[in-house]
Formats: sequence, C-alpha cells, structure tokens
Amino acid sequence: MPERENRRLLSGREYIGVDKIDGPLIFVGKTHPVGYRELIECVDKQGNVRLGIVLESSTDIVVVQVFEGTSGLTLPDTRIRFSGKPLTISVSKEMLGRVFNGLGRPIDGGPPQRSDIELDVNGMAINPTARQYPRDFIQTGISVIDGMNTLIRGQKLPIFSGNGLPHNELAAQIARQAKIRGTNTEFAVVFAAMGVKHDVARFFTRSFEESGVLENVALFLSLADDPSIERLITPRTALTLAEHLAFNEDMHVLVIMTDMTNYCESLREISTIRGEIPSRKGYPGYLYSDLAELYERSGMIKGYKGSITSLPILTMPNDDISHPIPDLSGYITEGQIVFEREMDGRGIFPPVAGLPSLSRLMKDGIGEGMTREDHPHLASQLFAAYSYVKDVRNLASVIGEEELTPLDHNYLEFGKEFEQKFVSQRKDEDRSIEQTLDLGWEVLRTLPAEELHRITDEEIEKFYGK
Amino acid sequence: MNDRMIGRVKRVNGPVIEVMGITDAEMFEMVRVGKDNLIGELIKLETDGAVIQVYEDTTGIAPLDPVYGAGMQLSVELGPGMVGTIYDGIQRPLEAIREISEIYIKRGITIPSLNREKKWHFAPSVKQGEHISGGMALGAVRETENVLHKILVPPSDKGILESVVPEGDYTVEDVIAVLKTDAPQQKDLFLMHRWPIRVQRPTQRRLPLDVPLITGQRVIDTLFPVAKGGTVSIPGAFGTGKTMTQQAVAKWCDADIIVYIGCGERGNEITDVLTEFPKLIDPRSGRSLMERTILIANTSNMPVSAREASIYTGITMAEYFRDQGYHVAVMADSTSRWAEALRELSGRMEEMPAEEGFPAYLPTKIAEFYERAGSMETLNGDCGSVTIIGAVSPPGGDFSEPVTQHTKRFIRCFWALDRNLANARHYPAISWLDSYSEYLNDMASWWEQEVSPEWLADRTEIMELLHKEVRLQQVVKLVGPDALPDTQRFILEVCTLFKNAFLQQNAYDKIDMFSVVQKQVKMLHIIVTYWKRGYEAIKNGAVLIKLRKMKVYRDIVKMKFSIPNDNLSGLDKIEARLERSMDQLEALYA
Repeated sequence: MPERENRRLLSGREYIGVDKIDGPLIFVGKTHPVGYRELIECVDKQGNVRLGIVLESSTDIVVVQVFEGTSGLTLPDTRIRFSGKPLTISVSKEMLGRVFNGLGRPIDGGPPQRSDIELDVNGMAINPTARQYPRDFIQTGISVIDGMNTLIRGQKLPIFSGNGLPHNELAAQIARQAKIRGTNTEFAVVFAAMGVKHDVARFFTRSFEESGVLENVALFLSLADDPSIERLITPRTALTLAEHLAFNEDMHVLVIMTDMTNYCESLREISTIRGEIPSRKGYPGYLYSDLAELYERSGMIKGYKGSITSLPILTMPNDDISHPIPDLSGYITEGQIVFEREMDGRGIFPPVAGLPSLSRLMKDGIGEGMTREDHPHLASQLFAAYSYVKDVRNLASVIGEEELTPLDHNYLEFGKEFEQKFVSQRKDEDRSIEQTLDLGWEVLRTLPAEELHRITDEEIEKFYGK
Repeated sequence: MNDRMIGRVKRVNGPVIEVMGITDAEMFEMVRVGKDNLIGELIKLETDGAVIQVYEDTTGIAPLDPVYGAGMQLSVELGPGMVGTIYDGIQRPLEAIREISEIYIKRGITIPSLNREKKWHFAPSVKQGEHISGGMALGAVRETENVLHKILVPPSDKGILESVVPEGDYTVEDVIAVLKTDAPQQKDLFLMHRWPIRVQRPTQRRLPLDVPLITGQRVIDTLFPVAKGGTVSIPGAFGTGKTMTQQAVAKWCDADIIVYIGCGERGNEITDVLTEFPKLIDPRSGRSLMERTILIANTSNMPVSAREASIYTGITMAEYFRDQGYHVAVMADSTSRWAEALRELSGRMEEMPAEEGFPAYLPTKIAEFYERAGSMETLNGDCGSVTIIGAVSPPGGDFSEPVTQHTKRFIRCFWALDRNLANARHYPAISWLDSYSEYLNDMASWWEQEVSPEWLADRTEIMELLHKEVRLQQVVKLVGPDALPDTQRFILEVCTLFKNAFLQQNAYDKIDMFSVVQKQVKMLHIIVTYWKRGYEAIKNGAVLIKLRKMKVYRDIVKMKFSIPNDNLSGLDKIEARLERSMDQLEALYA
C-alpha cells in the first residue's frame, strides 16, 4: 500500500522552526500529513527532548500539545519530530516498587524501564459484553465503608473530599487494609498523583513503606510544581500499567488517583487556550467523556483473573457537590464516599457523611454467603434511622431538645452512638465485617424494636435481642 | 462493498473531520474514513467540502486520507435476530465484535448487524399475484417463544407479487419474494430490510392514548401512570435511582418488546442487565426477560458520536416492532448524555452556542425524538405503540437546566426523582409532589372498567392527604408534632404508613419487586379505609395511640412483602380485620 509506505517514510521527519507558541500548545505549519493524536518529540535549543501529542491536524497547520511545558522554546530554533504512532509506554511487572513521572519515565534514579510490551496510553473501550459484573466484597476494615458503602472488587468508588479533610489518610488506610477474605492473591497498588504537593506524595510513600508493601506499589508523580499539562497524561500512563498488571499478569490492582480536580483544571486550561466553546464554569463540553475514559478503565473481565479497582480522590471546590467535577464524576462512578466538614470539625474520623455516600455495587456483594445474612437490611435500617436523626436534630435546634418526644430522644441518642461508635475509628483500626455488623446492631439497640421497619422479625429475634 | 471515494481529509479535530474535494455525496450518507475504514456519517455539505462525524476513535487519521461514501444514509438492518441481542450505537453486534477483538473494541470492525448464516423458519401468509404495499406482512418467523416476528414489506415498496418462496428455512439474505413494481426492474424482498435511523417510519394515523402501560411499580401505576404510546421523562441527580427505576420498568412492564438504550452510561450497568435479565422470568409469558429485550450499549467511554446515533438506532428498531403490531417500550438512559454529545459535536464544528453551550437546535432535536412515540394504526391496519421513557441527568440535580426544561415541553408524564428520598433510601425515589401525569384522566375509564371503580376516588383522597401533609410538616418543623390535634397528627401517621407500606418498593424482594394492578388497588383501598374510618373514630373521641397499636396495623405495613401477586385473598382478610377492629373501636366510643 503506497500510502502506508509513504507515511512510514515521512514519520521521523523533523521540522525546524514553528509558527506559534501559546501556553503548552505549539502550532506547526506546512507539514506532511500528520495523524491525529500522534506522538511528537520537541527538541529545544539546548537539545533537550520533550514529548507531546497532536491535538488537531489539518492540511494547513498542526496543533501540538507539549507535556513538559513550553518554557524556553523559541520560534526559529524549536525542532519538532513526528513519530507516526500514538503515545505509548512500555510496561512490565518490574515497574512495581518504582517511581515515575507522569509520562512513565523513572525519577527514582534507577535504570530506564525496558520491556517488549508497548501499550497505547489512551487504551481502548472495554466491550460491555466482555465485562464481568463485580460482586466480590473487599474488606477495608473501616465500618462506615464495609457496613454501609461496601467496596467491591472492580468498582470505581471516588472520595469526594474538601481541602484540609483527611482523604489521604483514608485512602492510605484503605490501601493498607483492603483484602478479600479467605484468599491470598497477588495484589498491586498503582498510585497516580496529579498536581499534589510533595508532602502528600511523601505521606503516601511513607505509609506504603511502613506497612511493607512498597515493592507492590508503582508511583506516577506529577507534582504541583511540574508542568500542569503533564497531569493530563499521568492517569492514562498509570491506568495503562494497571491494565497490564490486571489483565496480562493476573493481579488485583488498586488504582489511587489524586487529585482529580487538578486534572480537570488542566483540561480546562488547554481547552481555553484552544478557544473551545465552554460549557459549565468554563470546563469543556467533553469533560464528561474525558473523565469516563479514565474511570471506565476499571472493572473485571470475563475469563481473566485480575481486576482494577479504582479509588479516585477529588476535592470539591468550596465543598460544593454540585460543582461540575464531583457532579460529572458522580454520574460515571459507581457511588461515592462523601466527606463532611462538620463531622471532621467534631473530630470524627473518617468524616464520611452518612446520607450522600453510596456504593452502587453493594447490593450484589453483601448478604448471605458474602458478608452475613443480616447485612442488607441492617444497612438499610441504619440509613433510614440516621436520615430521621437529621430531621430530629433540625427540629431540636428550633424547639429545643426538652420538647422532643421520648422516641425522638431515642433517635438523638442513636445518632450520637452511631457517629461515635460506628463511624468513628482509629486510623490504624482494622475491623472485621462481623465486628462492624455487630457494632451496627449495638447502636440500633438504642431504638425500640417497633421502629425497625426495614428489618424482618427473624432478624430482630436473632440479632437485635442478643 | 460498492464504496466510492468522495473526498480527502482536510482537518481532524476529535470525532469531527472536515473533508475537501467533495464530488458527489448526500446529506447523512454513511462514509468510511482512512485505511482503517472508520465508520462515519456526513453531516454538513458545502460547495467543495463537507463535515463528517466519525463513530470511532480517530487517532492516526491524517490529512489527505481518503473518504469513501456508502451511497446510503446511516441505516439499521431490520429483520429476525434482533431480540436478545446487544448492539453498539450504530447497530454493530457487540458479542460478535468480542469474538474478533476480545476484551476491547478495536477500530474499523465491520460486522453485519444481523447474522448472515443463521436460518429462520419462514411461513408465508401471501400468495403469488397478490397486490401488496409497504408495511404489509409477507409472513412470519418465530424469533423467540414470545416474539412472532412478522416479515414486513419495506414501507416504500408496493406492487404485485411475482413469486413467493414456500414455507421453509431461509437466511436474512435469501430472496423470499419478488415484487413487480412500476419501475422497469423487479424488486427482491428479503427477511430483512434497511431503514435510515433519522427518518420516522410511516404509519396510517395516531390513536388516542387511553390504555396504561402497567409497570408493576406502585408509585407509577397508582399515582403517575403512563399510557401505552406515551412519553415520560425521569430526571434525577446522580444516585437518585434513574437507572434502577428504568430497569425496574424494563423488567416488569407489560410491553411486548423492550428496547433498552444505554447511552453514555456505565459499562457495568449494561453488564448488570446482561447478567440479570436472562435469569428473570417475565410474569406474563413465563419466559426469560431477555427474550423480549433488545439492548443498545454505547457506554460513556465509547466514542461520543455513536452516542448521538444510539438514540435513533433504538427508536427505529422500536418503530419496526410497532409496525408489526407490538407494544414497545423504549428506555433511553440517559438523554442528557445524548444532548451532551450533540453539544460536543456542535462545539467541534464551531457552531454558535445557545444556553450552557448547547446548540440552538437542541429543543428541535428533543421534540423530534419524543414525537416518534405514540400509539399508531400501522400501515397494515394493526395497532402498535412506542412508549418512550427517557432519563435525564441534570447537572447538580438542578431541574432548571436546558435539557430538563426542554424535555418537559415535549413529554406528558414526569417522574421527578428526589435527592432527599434517595438519601433516606426511599426507593423508587419518585417525588409525589413534583411528579405529574397528564394521562391520568384519559386512563381513568380503563381503571374503572378493568380493575376497580374505587380507584380514582381513592387515588384522589391519598394525593390530597400527601399535599396536606407537606403543610403540616412545615408546622411540625416549627412547633413539634405534639402541638397538633390528633386529627392532624393522624394525617401525618397515615402518610408515613402510605410511604412505608405502599410507595416504597424493594426491587430485590421476590414478592415486592412487582405488584399486579389488583394488588395495588386493594392495598390502596385498605390504607384509605384505615384513614377514613380512623378519622371518624378520632372525631368520636378515640385516641391516636389506639389506632396505632391495632394488631392489624402491622399486617398493613408488611402486606407488600407478605401477600403474593397470584393469591390476593390475604388482602381481603386484612381488610375484613381492619373493618372489624374499627367497629370494635367505634363501639368503645359510641
């Protein structure tokens, strides 16, 4: 095929001098036909190489986005080399225990990564018929998650947090304690940091080190002082490794991505520079599709042993859950763990808000044979009762606690017990699911049995009475 | 394929490609781009150029790549083999794709939508020499146990039958009849035909909408019923249960065919349907639910332009089954993702935006879509209907955003999902205050004739109570419930009972997941009776606590779980016991 042959010869051709540089974007005119999303190398005056990809290609001009930023580039001396293929990284199991930058280059001083397997970082859409519906219960040892927002293997469950809230502690605790009971399979953690501070990265490294799992962790760090544009590729690199580990190496991979808000900010930055029509709050109209490309890469596949469970962390700007970033994430992910500043203020850890938090896959992963037969109704009853507690507290703040009915007093008591005993726990406390459920019954006993509408008579007999 | 080259790529910007050197091409023509043969559709024509949207990832497409035209509009194949199949947004069978490209969907895969090898047993119902016209049935194929697939003459064809094959086994590509038309050539007819997805299939006329689509969900059937052929919108923020509600309706509603469009939603939700539906048994036919379901999956990570097309692919299939005289229900989850796909493509084409970046033609597109619903007299005189149930995902749960607002203009039934109900895990979280159904009065006579003459009165009574309760709750918030007189506190009591015992429905309980209409009517009547007689008793001096401590009260709370759909005698017993207890109570205070 002459055209393909032609393309092969042209790829690798280098252009000296570019037409325009705007933020992280470079515009190159009069090129050969360049493929959309093709990988480029950009060489500056000093001979340093930076990577980028083609964002738009036309007969007149090619728009290129450079990941390492454009500082120091000049119009006449910048050289652009087109590779003729999309951005790939080479992946292998040996990457565990090492630290990389957002593009997958080692920054721990070790040798560069070599492997025969080169994968396109953009990945491909998983065929829905190939997916295996996730239903294996992961015990995190954290009551409010295991009991009421159960994490399932292959799920994508984000933490919606705010600045200054202990989301990193919770994520680290989950990473340390998460296990499937009764199994001993190989697991790995892939950690992608986007625009987070150095101390946050250090916190996670130390936490992995202390629990002795560092050799099972691959870190991809694109920190706050790295070019913002690199953040766009960081989660993709990380997920590409995760896919390799899960579906080629049969490992169970937990992917922690923090902070998704920074990722979205970078996306907005690029979109604005390109002059695209914004939708809400200046974010591009394709924010939803773009986030979906990341989140949907987790899951389980029929006939494959491994899995990808993802735990993205995002800080809600101004604690506003209706902000486009948490909002669109919530529409894609399978539930959410929402933090509440007020609970944090009262010293409750983890400050997980009871009502807006949700795990969509919980229903198929709990109950008889998976956790315990009373789990579904118990969780439902705890939600219902806690929801009523909120009403009673509102009422009490208007008419005063003394005016409440005796039943409402019971509910206030329940609310207190629930938050202090059930939700609250130490940062190194690892509760088994039985402990969690028994604790649930313990706090429910502050309420009379007639109030427990969502629990069957047999369950009341068996669990409530003891 | 008889593709011809129509131009070359000029500019690539995501899924939108500008083409130059256009010679001959038609609007909405199906095209293929580049050496990978990516499927696309031509959406804008100029003197020398055109714009196409590509339904696959365009990575690697470069200027000067060739563009081929297929000579026809983007169409779906209509014929036996659709039921029980899962397609992507442009009707490519995903199971077959998986055989070729394993876990991921690779690009440029061409697979016929209908299996070409499979033989179907066709029984003709027409004879040689008959005059036939578009929409008539040539015969039928038993596609699944429930679905007798009528083989229709393509709507645009008519003439005299030159020949018809005898009863036997044929593939979708075998000629089953030859038609002599006005044109010089004869026309071959097959078990399948093609139809462009953006064109509504013709019918004779619209019929009034006066028969409800029974969904088995009490809050829907009793409070906000939808007619067969009606249009519904389900808006709700994330986590309020749009997908759960749609799946419940898809499982239990009394339509003959379900077309479930997963448009820009989660991959695992589709997997859930795929694993769950084959196991569930349709209470009416006793067969697996998958035998009446067609799935269209274009998940959020699949290409955005195919998301735009998936809605039309689904509705065209639904219309085809309607033309065979079936009642079809279309679940579109979610139309917001479809609107966002429109916005994204519009933005890439640098069109002038209207509200929130959506194109100005958004309302037109929404109206066109919902108007394809309806109860119709088909071309061959049958009656069939297409009901559209579209989920809307308003950003931040704010119903004032453009997609919800424009959708509200073109639908007649609104099931608003409420965040507070969902937070309290009250499912289905359909708000009884914000929701409405304009079909109510049209359908009242059906309920009265088919189910119970008391239905409308009972429903009105309970709706009135629910509205009174809201006002009383405001008072309670200020002064506490103790300040209210017993008559008013009883209203709160009855409404709580109604919410717990009737409106809440557990989708995972074997009995409660579905209620036949007779059960719904009786349950409603028991609660209304409890209200009416209790109110009388309180007026006569009974105290509230006595009403609450009645033994029968607990039976009423649990009746949704304890009384099976196929034996409702238990409800009569509860009603009798309730009347007796009330009699005793009245006797005390008489």
